[in-house]
Amino acid sequence: MSNPPPVIEVTDLKKHFPIRKGLLRRLVGHVHAVDGVSFSIGQAETIAVVGESGCGKSTVGRTILRLIQPTAGTIKVNGTDITTLSRHEMRPYRRQMQIVFQDPFASLNPRMRADDIVGEPLMVHGIANKKERAEQVAELFVRVGLRPQQARNFPHEFSGGQRQRISIARALALNPKFIVADEPVSALDVSIQAQVLNLMVRLQRSEGLSYLFISHNLAVVEHIAHRVAVMYLGRIVEFADTADLFANPQHPYTEALLAAIPVPDPAMKRTRHIMQGDVPSPINPPLGCHFHPRCPIATERCRVEVPLLKPGADGRMVACHLR
Amino acid sequence: MDQQVNTQDVLKVNGLTTYFFTRRGVVKAVDDVSFTVRAGETLAIVGESGCGKSITALSLMRLIPSPPGRTIAGTVMLDGTDLLQLSEPKMRQMRGNKISMIFQEPMTALNPLLTIGRQVAETLILHQNMSRQAAQARAVEMLKFVKIPEAEQRAREYPHQLSGGMRQRAMIAMALACNPRVLICDEPTTALDVTIQAQILELIVELQRNFGTAVILITHDLGVVAETAHRVIVMYAGRKVEEASAEELFHRPLHPYMNGLLGSIPRVGLTKRATASEHVALQEIPGIVPALNDLPIGCAFAPRCPNAGDKCRAAIPPFEEKLPGHFAACWHSDVGAKVPT
Ligand SMILES: Nc1ncnc2c1ncn2[C@@H]1O[C@H](COP(=O)(O)OP(=O)(O)OP(=O)(O)O)[C@@H](O)[C@H]1O
Ligand SMILES: Nc1ncnc2c1ncn2[C@@H]1O[C@H](COP(=O)(O)OP(=O)(O)O)[C@@H](O)[C@H]1O
Ligand code: SF4
Ligand code: SF4
Ligand SMILES: [Mg+2]
Ligand SMILES: [Mg+2]
Repeated sequence: MSNPPPVIEVTDLKKHFPIRKGLLRRLVGHVHAVDGVSFSIGQAETIAVVGESGCGKSTVGRTILRLIQPTAGTIKVNGTDITTLSRHEMRPYRRQMQIVFQDPFASLNPRMRADDIVGEPLMVHGIANKKERAEQVAELFVRVGLRPQQARNFPHEFSGGQRQRISIARALALNPKFIVADEPVSALDVSIQAQVLNLMVRLQRSEGLSYLFISHNLAVVEHIAHRVAVMYLGRIVEFADTADLFANPQHPYTEALLAAIPVPDPAMKRTRHIMQGDVPSPINPPLGCHFHPRCPIATERCRVEVPLLKPGADGRMVACHLR
Repeated sequence: MDQQVNTQDVLKVNGLTTYFFTRRGVVKAVDDVSFTVRAGETLAIVGESGCGKSITALSLMRLIPSPPGRTIAGTVMLDGTDLLQLSEPKMRQMRGNKISMIFQEPMTALNPLLTIGRQVAETLILHQNMSRQAAQARAVEMLKFVKIPEAEQRAREYPHQLSGGMRQRAMIAMALACNPRVLICDEPTTALDVTIQAQILELIVELQRNFGTAVILITHDLGVVAETAHRVIVMYAGRKVEEASAEELFHRPLHPYMNGLLGSIPRVGLTKRATASEHVALQEIPGIVPALNDLPIGCAFAPRCPNAGDKCRAAIPPFEEKLPGHFAACWHSDVGAKVPT
């Protein structure tokens, strides 16, 4: 096959955090934050990961970047397995993979000036001399729509949207191929959100970037993603093309998530079915299908047997005994 | 749609003005804001962060940190009593009793050292002169009422033992324990998942129906506004710039700011693209909200407004009725008016 390997390919990824209690820090169990997740991301493709708080979205993103070490599974970058590479061996891959966080204030060093923040990765990787670095930083400022006159300002002198542009400029400094964007617009006002989302789409087109876009805002996801992975308690329960997923959700959890989105049109005020209950603890998740305590169509089988993620009729993947 | 809304005005706010006197100058957080809320009605206050929504709410509750803040003008009439004229002890009898507030982050309002049952009970003991025993029993009833599962058990737990959604329910139970006339909800669901948000909004609407409470809902989420509000006021840089019924506002925004906000939100089902990779760019509002201690002369929105002209940069546009029941502060609202697609 002449097809290039996917930019990112994860297979059966798991991350179990140990829980320790008491003075002796005795191991009392594990948080199954990510529990067997597989997918791939192509060039210039955006995969979104959605789901309620605590379902493992950020852990997936951090594990792929090897910011935390997976418990099991493999991560391939352009076909190369990086799961167990040493720090030193990881270096060339680090450059290709970057992350942008939710809170543009907490993630920027308040005592550094904007141009130093953006240029720091270049310095750390010893890529350019001082003069070249200044030129590249100036160019990055232009690329993300920041005014070069603000280069010597500190983070607190920027608005939220501008701070997120600084984070993006910094992430772009090493010409990455892949960016994990963990709730990149969740802390921003809607008018600013639009500026950042449009910027991300423009950059994807001009640089062929691939994104793992983590978000709980499904309207934003529909706008930006090509494919969507819906997670529940550490597992993917549905994985489909964005248009298919929104037009015709298959998994009962996806249905419930979509039904919960408030629609910005008073004429469409509906009497909707609202899913009750909270996400159960990932420490002792429900047996069988994790979703069964909240699922409106659960059967006896769902309480004992784990539904596997399997291809459905139209190519999408669904993990449900009944769909 | 307003059938169940009583015509009785519960809260009448007139000319409310709250400034912060800081070293960097006077921050005009709330400037000449007026509105009325009727029994059983939900009035939403929308706008970007920093536009004065929370300070408006805190001014009504008389909880502005002072110094540096001070409400320097206006009246807040609750059933005919001006809250701004009350002595502090009299005001304390109002708070949590006749007018209550719930916050975005319940942990800031809940006492981490007291069980949630105890906290609801304390409110009742303070305002309703109940015995401890009666108050405890009523507290459990309230927790059931806001649909906290296993309420008897949960009443004995501390805030950190509850999920975010349940904490928000506990705070609502506390706020509603004395059946207040006015309930102010400041971003009540912003920190919650959409699924839990839907549950909490449903709960607020249901309680309001039962008690005829006047609700002020502060949010920046236009979806939440569309689903719950009867009437909406839009704030920009400390001032009210538009007011109308929810239907009217969403279908015929008159102020360019509201028009821009509606264009900038991605909407489920409305993202039109020919192929998966072909994105239609979202409408952007260029620039950012101005600093409230350094407002431009004239219309505060002018630096970001596509319709701004010389007049806009010279004088603040008056807040006027442009269409029946639909108010806006804009010199060129006829230009701004267009139905978002
Ligand atoms: N370092 C850690 N030690 C123990 N448990 C952890 C750790 N990091 C995350 N977890 C747990 O793993 C689960 C998944 O966490 P994660 O941060 O991936 O969720 P998320 O889907 O990103 O949620 P949110 O939407 O709130 O950001 C949660 O139950 C969380 O409490
Ligand atoms: N303690 C304070 N001192 C000075 N300025 C303040 C203080 N609290 C709030 N402000 C300012 O008042 C304005 C309105 O704030 P707020 O009502 O909290 O906005 P929001 O609409 O996001 O709720 C903001 O510009 C904010 O910076
Ligand atoms: S497997 Fe059963 S419980 Fe799980 S989503 Fe499907 S029907 Fe519901
Ligand atoms: S008054 Fe002028 S600047 Fe202000 S919103 Fe209207 S058109 Fe725009
Ligand atoms: Mg996260
Ligand atoms: Mg606020």
